[in-house]
Amino acid sequence: MSLDLATTRRIAKLARIGLADAELETVRQKLDGILGWFNQLSEVDVEGVPPMVGTEMEALRQREDVVTDGNCQAAVLSNAPEKSGPFYAVPKVVE
Amino acid sequence: MSYLIEGKTGTWEIVVGLEVHAQIISQSKLFSGASTKFGGEPNSQVSLVDAAFPGMLPVINRECVAQAVRTGLGLNARINLQSRFDRKNYFYADLPQGYQISQFEHPIVGEGSIEIELANGETRQIGITRLHMEQDAGKLLHDQDPTRSFVDLNRSGVALMEIVSEPDIRAPEEAGAYLRKLRQILRYLGTCDGNMDEGSMRADVNVSVRKAGEPFRTRCEIKNVNSIRFVMQAIEAEAARQVEIWENGGEVDQETRLFDPSRGETRTMRSKEDAHDYRYFPDPDLLPLVIEQAWVDGLKAELPELPDAKRARFQADYGVPFYDAGVLVAEQSVADFFETVAKGRDGKLAVTWVTGDLFAALNRTSRTIENSPVSADSLGKMLDLIADGTINGKIAKEVFEDMVETGESPDAIVEKKGLRQVTDTGVIDSAIDAIMAKHADKVAEYRSGKDKLFGFFVGQVMKETKGKANPALVNEALKGKLDA
Repeated sequence: MSLDLATTRRIAKLARIGLADAELETVRQKLDGILGWFNQLSEVDVEGVPPMVGTEMEALRQREDVVTDGNCQAAVLSNAPEKSGPFYAVPKVVE
Repeated sequence: MSYLIEGKTGTWEIVVGLEVHAQIISQSKLFSGASTKFGGEPNSQVSLVDAAFPGMLPVINRECVAQAVRTGLGLNARINLQSRFDRKNYFYADLPQGYQISQFEHPIVGEGSIEIELANGETRQIGITRLHMEQDAGKLLHDQDPTRSFVDLNRSGVALMEIVSEPDIRAPEEAGAYLRKLRQILRYLGTCDGNMDEGSMRADVNVSVRKAGEPFRTRCEIKNVNSIRFVMQAIEAEAARQVEIWENGGEVDQETRLFDPSRGETRTMRSKEDAHDYRYFPDPDLLPLVIEQAWVDGLKAELPELPDAKRARFQADYGVPFYDAGVLVAEQSVADFFETVAKGRDGKLAVTWVTGDLFAALNRTSRTIENSPVSADSLGKMLDLIADGTINGKIAKEVFEDMVETGESPDAIVEKKGLRQVTDTGVIDSAIDAIMAKHADKVAEYRSGKDKLFGFFVGQVMKETKGKANPALVNEALKGKLDA
């Protein structure tokens, strides 16, 4: 299986990464190599083996329904590239 | 009740399935300890988990899981003791993580069903496909700035249940009945407040059309409809649009659409080029969710009585007719009010007063049952006064109106206004004598066979006693004297 350019462009778009046409073939080759490497896994016969979900047979840790967090508006907004008053500000998105 | 569209090429039926997003009632969010309260200062109820800061790990809220299980039990659905969380990847400004944590392959609740009732009294079962938990997104404000949208993440990470129905719905009315019934069940369970205008319950509507006996045709999904009325209108508009396309030789595209209530039509929301490719995969931050059957059983044992069961009990215990029982259980607060009034009393009389005079009074005074001017206890005491003969039914109306106005207790009103029923036969006899003397001509007519005049005499005697005479005693005494 080899990755084509159209699929490469689509993956870039879904990942919100802008690629110039000149870069596309290089990225395609690199991704194709990575996929090929991982694809070796499909050579293993896992028929009848349940999917492994973790290395520990621990159950998901649960917490009580108590408010213990929040009220940290300044910290939350500290990484915003742009803000306005108490809000993050982003380029206008309208459906 | 069938809903069919007559087209140029024949008759079409509609096929509808609903995906309802219901916000889970909890103190804190699904995977973080931030508050879920509605209407807080923007971005104040946000933890670094909700804002998707690097390295933050989600930890699930046990109560949210319990709420989802309770809802599943209320929908007679299978509870999956093992379920799993997946990442649904998409890019949007209200989703800081770049993915929504949801349950895709292994939801916590499987198949169930809801019984709906239609206006003509028919009932139908609508299948539930599944219920899963997921995170809500933040809120975008578009009208604050000409070039920018503002993001408030207070809602980001609040727990939602997505409840998916089978495509069993065949009429707009059925969709309305389904949503009302679902909302009623959620409210009884206390798992979602069901307020569609605050967005805590909203529906995605899947609509297709077909001719009788055909397999399903392509469907369209109408996103985020926020009232029951709009859901019904959207189905009608969308079905008509699809029939027209098919009949003109076109193809309906599978797509996401929006309903515009002001124009009464649906329109494309996203072009196909941007069609979502969610690339679901198991969330590596979260182990599978494993719950114990014993824990589920414990939740089941503590479930409140649900509307269908309550309705059946009201019929059996209080002799309330089927229709009235449905009116009473529509809202839990009304059912509780009724039961306080009816307990240990005449159930039929209680339902007449609650759905008749009380509802009328609430309407007139623009009050709800929660702040009713007449408490359930007072109304019950008034029924006691009728039962023990202190007042008759006619006087009771007067007492009730006074209760609505003054909020006083019924016995205080009876005493204050001297409305105690006259059961003294001496008083009744002399009133009858006076009336017979005054209307000697009518007495003669009655005695010569004009039986219908009996009612006239009853009326006159009641008037003479200002409505306070015991009607049974008046009837008996009148009969004796007239027929003598």
